[in-house]
Formats: sequence, structure tokens, C-alpha cells
Amino acid sequence: MAERDDPRREPGVEVLPEREEARAAGDVVAREPTGFVEIVTGRGWRETVLVPALAVVTALLLGALIIAFTEPRSLEAWGRAGRDPLGALATSARAVGAAYRALLTGALGDPARYAEAVRSGDPAEIVRAFGPISETLVVATPLILTGLAVALPFRAGLFNIGGEGQLTAGAILTAAAGFSLTWLPGPLLLAAVVAAGALGGGLWGAIPGLLKARTGAHEVITTIMLNFVAAFLALFFLSTEFFRRPDRTDPISKPIEAAFPHLLGGSLRLHAGLLLALAAAAAVAWMLNRTTIGFEFQAVGANADAARAAGMSPSRTYVAIMALAGALAGLAGANQLASVTPSLTPGFSSGFGFDGITLALLGRARPVGVVLAALLFGALRAGSRSMQAATQTPVDIIVVIQALVVLFIAAPAIVKGIYRIGARPARAAGGPA
Amino acid sequence: MRLELRGITKRFPGVVANAGVDLTVEDGEIHALLGENGAGKTTLMNILYGLYRADEGEVLIDGSPARFEGPGDAIAAGLGMVHQHFMLIPVFTVTENIVLGNEPTRGRLGFLDRRRARRKVEELSARFGLEVPPDALVEELPVGVQQRVEILKALYREARILILDEPTAVLTPRETEELFAVMRSLKASGRSIIFITHKLKEVLAIADRITVLRRGRVVGTTAPEQTSEEQLAAMMVGRAVQLIVDKPPAEPAGPVLEIRDLVVRDDREQVAVDGVSLEVRAGEILCVAGVQGNGQTELVEAVTGLRPISAGTVRILGRDAARAGPRAVLRSGVGHVPEDRQRDGLIATFTIADNLVLNTYDLPPYARWIVRDEQAVVAAAEERVRAFDIRTPSVRLPASTLSGGNQQKVIVAREFSRPIRVLVASQPTRGLDVGSIEYIHRRIVAERQRGVAVLIVSSELDEVLALADRVAVMFRGRIVDVLPAERATRDLVGLLMAGARPEEGAAAGG
Repeated sequence: MAERDDPRREPGVEVLPEREEARAAGDVVAREPTGFVEIVTGRGWRETVLVPALAVVTALLLGALIIAFTEPRSLEAWGRAGRDPLGALATSARAVGAAYRALLTGALGDPARYAEAVRSGDPAEIVRAFGPISETLVVATPLILTGLAVALPFRAGLFNIGGEGQLTAGAILTAAAGFSLTWLPGPLLLAAVVAAGALGGGLWGAIPGLLKARTGAHEVITTIMLNFVAAFLALFFLSTEFFRRPDRTDPISKPIEAAFPHLLGGSLRLHAGLLLALAAAAAVAWMLNRTTIGFEFQAVGANADAARAAGMSPSRTYVAIMALAGALAGLAGANQLASVTPSLTPGFSSGFGFDGITLALLGRARPVGVVLAALLFGALRAGSRSMQAATQTPVDIIVVIQALVVLFIAAPAIVKGIYRIGARPARAAGGPA
Repeated sequence: MRLELRGITKRFPGVVANAGVDLTVEDGEIHALLGENGAGKTTLMNILYGLYRADEGEVLIDGSPARFEGPGDAIAAGLGMVHQHFMLIPVFTVTENIVLGNEPTRGRLGFLDRRRARRKVEELSARFGLEVPPDALVEELPVGVQQRVEILKALYREARILILDEPTAVLTPRETEELFAVMRSLKASGRSIIFITHKLKEVLAIADRITVLRRGRVVGTTAPEQTSEEQLAAMMVGRAVQLIVDKPPAEPAGPVLEIRDLVVRDDREQVAVDGVSLEVRAGEILCVAGVQGNGQTELVEAVTGLRPISAGTVRILGRDAARAGPRAVLRSGVGHVPEDRQRDGLIATFTIADNLVLNTYDLPPYARWIVRDEQAVVAAAEERVRAFDIRTPSVRLPASTLSGGNQQKVIVAREFSRPIRVLVASQPTRGLDVGSIEYIHRRIVAERQRGVAVLIVSSELDEVLALADRVAVMFRGRIVDVLPAERATRDLVGLLMAGARPEEGAAAGG
């Protein structure tokens, strides 16, 4: 197994005998600064494309099994399986088919409806047919941003679990700006709330960066803790006169008075926040691949000792990268307030910050990957609502599928084992190679 | 026990690591296996030890074929391996490490019988003259003693043939002598030793027979009395090699690097450099000789701005360097070849091209403002790969695909391509093969000829004697003595490295 999984055995990477020997003897390689970043980003198309894709497929297949054994009619049929096993199988298949079909149409739209809308020639009808896609994109937008907030630190060897807290911190500042700077003209107010979100998240993200740089405190611990701090800080602010909606007693803020313009007319929720998220993804990709800053980030992530010896400053990098990550998560908070949920409430994020971890893992810590993963998860989330409505399959099945995806990504050996990826005719240590 | 390898062939994707290798080790023989890095020594030993299976060929023990599925089989057949990097548990005692995996027990529940374990270790230790403190924690022992523990581990498992993989790489000259004494006593007791190395002097000193490998093939088998260092080097490399660097006399100018009363603490806040004063002039090579762990690492880190200093000054070209930080030091014209190239010198997952600009990536022509110019980086890399003879099919491959010698050439190429006035190089040729050593030594001398002030830290006596214009010997954080090259003899420097006082050293050496 170890032989097969060795990333350095990808075709195209020449293996020199000395390295091969050293690897086998376990000496030089063990001291090599590989590890975290490499594991997260993967190497070669098998690890970057195939494994994530198969992880999703496998998770969906397992999800199908769960549906087959939890859907009431299917369960009932299995109760009679002794007499009618084929019938039970067919009933299960129908249940799974119906659920997944509803999921798909809920996420991407119903082909019949598209056809009908086009035939009717009514522009409003056509736009409405695009409703499911619009919903998918609306959900995907904050996910892109929180996914980037985890993916970017991954590339520098940092594990940012604090997306949720950074999102909340960004949202607090966004809310404050959004209902107090109302004297600003519309577009400026929108720009101000977006900037406030980035600033709040950025400051919140900089704290664990500073703690790591100054004291060596591990960012996993500090970001988790800061999630709680941010959540309770939000609760506290929502109890203040300044934030709380005057007509309400429950913790809910005054609505902000800025909103992203809708992209496809008022009947669809799709808004310009999507463009902001895509621009952020493009900016992160550019920064990582084309700039000296990205070079430093990745150098520190791959080997902080060598980066330091080459004159870079790992400490400064930690602060910068965590601030940037926080700003991205903060943008997600601003995006939500300036679109679908204009008031800050304690549960307003619905876990986007944590989903970011899944997305960054699934997207292999690459901006393009994160965007694709966010679109997929957006589709699953949007589709699951119509699935529940149409087939009584609970939306929670999507949470299970998401969890399975993480599991398969985190333990790639499972996926590789199931699909025999990277299996060679014989073990290199065994028969002829 | 007589061991025979016949026609061993082992292929890895794209390379043949061993091609029809024959090797016979007689009973009670010290057989040296000599070859450059990547010649296939370790692959061969891993096959013998059951870690790999050969594609072709067979292993015979006392004339009958043996088949090892794993190290367990090899150990059972009487083989013992002492790896270059020790396989010991630092927080366990010597006794615990030796018996681990095969512990004497008492009672039905199998409690560890410490008394019996200790007795067995003492017995073995006395029988073979391998002195070890049975109750000491391994982490507290010097490297040479740890190595004895490894050897005892193999003997405890009743090894008849010992494989020693580069055993002297980590030892002081004196420890090497002690190891050789142990090897002779093992041989006297009828055990055979396969001694893997690339140090020619040692081979000639201890081996009964020598087999030289090059590119996976046996070049020849010979004996010390029939050969010479030059001949062995030529066999290893495949061409005549110059073992001594041609070096015109030094013409030093003014001091460039000045270290005054420097005190530096290590990671555990212990004083590692204790009041060192040194001066390196333009156009001279000053070598700091010493056994590893006597403060050289901290000295270099302080000079290059990587480690804060507790007292004293470091001035480079008249400017205070110690408090400037690593980037300022590099940019002021200091080239740094770090001691641990894997850790500090390279980013293994980055491409060769990126590694070649690791400390100039943000300067023109490699970047404008914050935008990198990849084409300029690759173009410069291709030029350096040619100029410094770095063997790679492409500069876009990760540095991890290079052999150790070529990795070191990448670092050397990077540092020597900058306009440097000072060169600080730690263990510049550690673990490299003869060909690469020759090359890197020549480049260092060329830098000195250009008027660069060169500070070399090395624990290899051969290297110190080959390169130095002056030798500073470091022991326990202090400079024991600074000798001009003419007075720096092997014996004298070796004595000073072991902690002899200068007067005694001078008396013994002269």
C-alpha cells in the first residue's frame, strides 16, 4: 500500500535511484519537509482530480444506500423482502431514483419546465425556470468565499478552522456599517459594507496569525476558540441598543440598507455577490501563482526553515495570510447580509465557515477547485430542499453526504482501494516492475 | 557464515538500480562496498535484508539459497543491519533498546525481566569490547556510543553478518578509530562485516576486500594492498579524479567578516558559542574545524542573521550584521550554503528553477513590483544548470528529484550567481560523492580567487585540510586555536578537535 500511495511515483516525475534507495531505507525522505501542504494539495491528476471526483461519487452512492434503507415505503418493502425480494429492490431503486431526481431538478432545474417556458415564449416564465440554478448559485456564493478562506492558508501550511468566527466578525462590522452609514449613496454604502466585512474578518483572522508568529500558538486551537468568542460577541452586540431591532425582543439586528443588485431581475435571488466571490477566487489564484507574495506563502508552507534561510519572514507571512483568509470569510458574511439575510442573527451563517473546510479539502486547496466544489455543494443544498418537499427524504441526508466526502478526501486510501487507483501490475518491491 | 549474492538485478521505473551484481562475503571478512551516491549500494543491501525483492538473481547462505520475505527472515538467517540513521528510541535506556522486540520475560504473564536483560547486555558488551552504559537513556549518549548500541542490538539477535551503512559519517576521527577496533574484534570472533562507505581512506585502513559499484554494476573487487585512493576513486567515478584541489597561494586583503566576542545560545537557551572572535579576510578561506555539535551551527546561524546573538558583534563589510536579519545579511553580499540542505537550503517540492531564485525571487529580472516573471526565472535556471553542471532533464522538475550532489549544486549555483563578497558554507560536501566534492571544492577556491572572504565549517578533516588557508578549531563553543595551513596537520587538528589544549596538541603534533 505504502508503495502504491507514494506521490512521488507519479508518471512524469523521474525517480532517481538514490532517492529510491533513500526512500526505501526511510532516511533522507523522512527528514524531507513534505507533509501537510502536499497531502492537502495532492500531486498529479489522480490525486487532484480523480480522487475528489470519486469521493463525491462514492459519497452519493452511499447516500443512495442510506435513502434505500430509511425511506418509509422502501423500508416497508424490505419488511416483506422474504416474500418479494425483487419488489423490495425495485421499490428502493424507485425511492432512490425519485429522491436523486428531485435533488437534481431542485439544483439545476426541470428540463420539462425549461422546454415549456421556451414554448410559451413568456420571458418571465423562462426566468422562473432558471430558479433552481439561481438558488444553487446563491448558496454557492458564500461557500466559495469561506472555501477560499481555508484553502489559502492550506497553501502556506496553516489550518484555518476559524472561517465561521471570521465570517461572524465580518458580519458584525458589516451590520454596523449597513444600518448606521445609511447617509451614503447606494453604491457607496454597498462598497462600505463589503469593505467592513473584509475588515472585520481580516482583523479576526489576524489574531491567530499574530499569536502563532509571536508565541507559536497553534492556529487550529486558536481559530477554534475564536469561533466561540465571535459567536458570543455577536450575541452580546445583538443585545445592545445600537444593534437590536427596536420592534423585536429576540436577538436580531436592524436590517442593513445595502444589497447586491440582482443579476437576472427581481424574481430570481441571484445577485452580484457571485461576481464578487468569483473575482476573489481569481484574485487568490493570481496571487498564489503569479506574485512574489504567493511565492512566499507557498515557500513558508512547504518549508518554513528554508524560507527563513532565504530571507523570507515566516512570522509576517502567518499574519498576512491569516488576515487575508479572515477577510475572505468576512466577505462571505457581508455577502449574506447584503443579499438573502439582511439582519444579523445568532444562527445566521448556517455553518458556511465550517463547510469551507470541506470545500477547501475537496477543491484540493486550489481556487478553481474550491469554486467547483462550492458549486457542487450549492447544488446539493439547494436541491435537497426540493428533494425533501417532493419525496420526504430529509435534507439531512445532504449533511451525511458532505461528511462522507470529507471522510473519503481525508482518507484517500479508501477511495484508492475501492477503485484500485495507482495499482501497478505488481508491487515495486515484488515482481518485475 | 559465507554469504553469496549472484546476479542480483533490481529495476525501478526508469532505472536499473542493480544490474547482475555478484558479491561474495567470506566467513570472518570485512568486505567494503564502495560507490558514489546512487550507485546502488543501499538497494543491494535492502535486497539482502529482505526489504526489497530482487527481480533476478539469488542469495546463498553457506551455499544454499535463502529467500527473505522481510527483515524478520534476514535477522533469523543471521543478518544484522546498522542503519545510517539509527533506529533507536531516544527515551528508552540502552538495555531497553537492545532487547526491544525480543525481551527476556518472566512469569506466565510475560513481565519484562529487567535484571536478565541487563545481564545479557553486559555480557555481550564485555565479550565484544563494546562499552555501553546499560542504564543510560539513549538520547543522552554521544553518537558514537549510540552506534555501539545499534551494533549490540544486532549482536543480541545473534547476527553473524553485520551490515554497517555509512557508519563513520557521524563519527569523530577518534570514534572512527574505536569503531574500527570493534570491527576487528568482531572479525576475530568469526563474524563478517559488510562496510558501506564512500570514504577511501577508511576502506584502505580496515577492509579485507573491496567491491566497487558504479551505476548498479560491479566495477571490480580488489584488496587494499593491491590498490590506492586514486585508483578506487577512478573506479567509483569512471574517470580519473583529482583528490587534492589545486590552490594558488592565498593573497588575502583586508578583513571583510569580523566576529568579536560572540556569544550565542542554542534552542535550549544554553550557551553554544562562548566568546568567539574570528576574522576572515577577502581572498582567503578560513575553515572552522570541529566535531559536530560544538557550536558551529549556532555560529553560522548568528553570522547569517538567523539566530539572535547574546553578546558580541558580527560585522560584515564594516556593517553590523547580527541584528540586521537574514534578508539584510543576504542582500549585503553574503552567500550562505546551509549545513542541512534538505531543511534550510532547498524547498524539495518547489521546482529546480524556483529553488535557484529562492532568495532573489522578488528582485528584477525575476519580478517586477509583485508580479513574478516566470520566463526570466526559467531562463536564468537553464543557464545555471549548464554553468554548474546540474544533471536534470528539466528545470521545472521538483528539486526532490535530484540526487544529493545535484541538490547541493543547485544551492551553490544560487549563492555563487549572486554578487557575493562573503561566503559562509557549512558542511558543503557532506554526503556527496567524490565527483561532486571535487567540483564544489573547485568552485569554492574559484570564489576565493575572485576575492571573496570564505568561511567554511566542516567536520571532515580531509575537507578542512584541502581547502583551508587558516584553520580555526572549535570545541565546546570556543575557538581552541587558529592555525595557518602549513601548521595544520591531520594529527594536530584531530587532537584539537577532540578537546586537547593547544599546548598539548602542539606537543603531540609537532
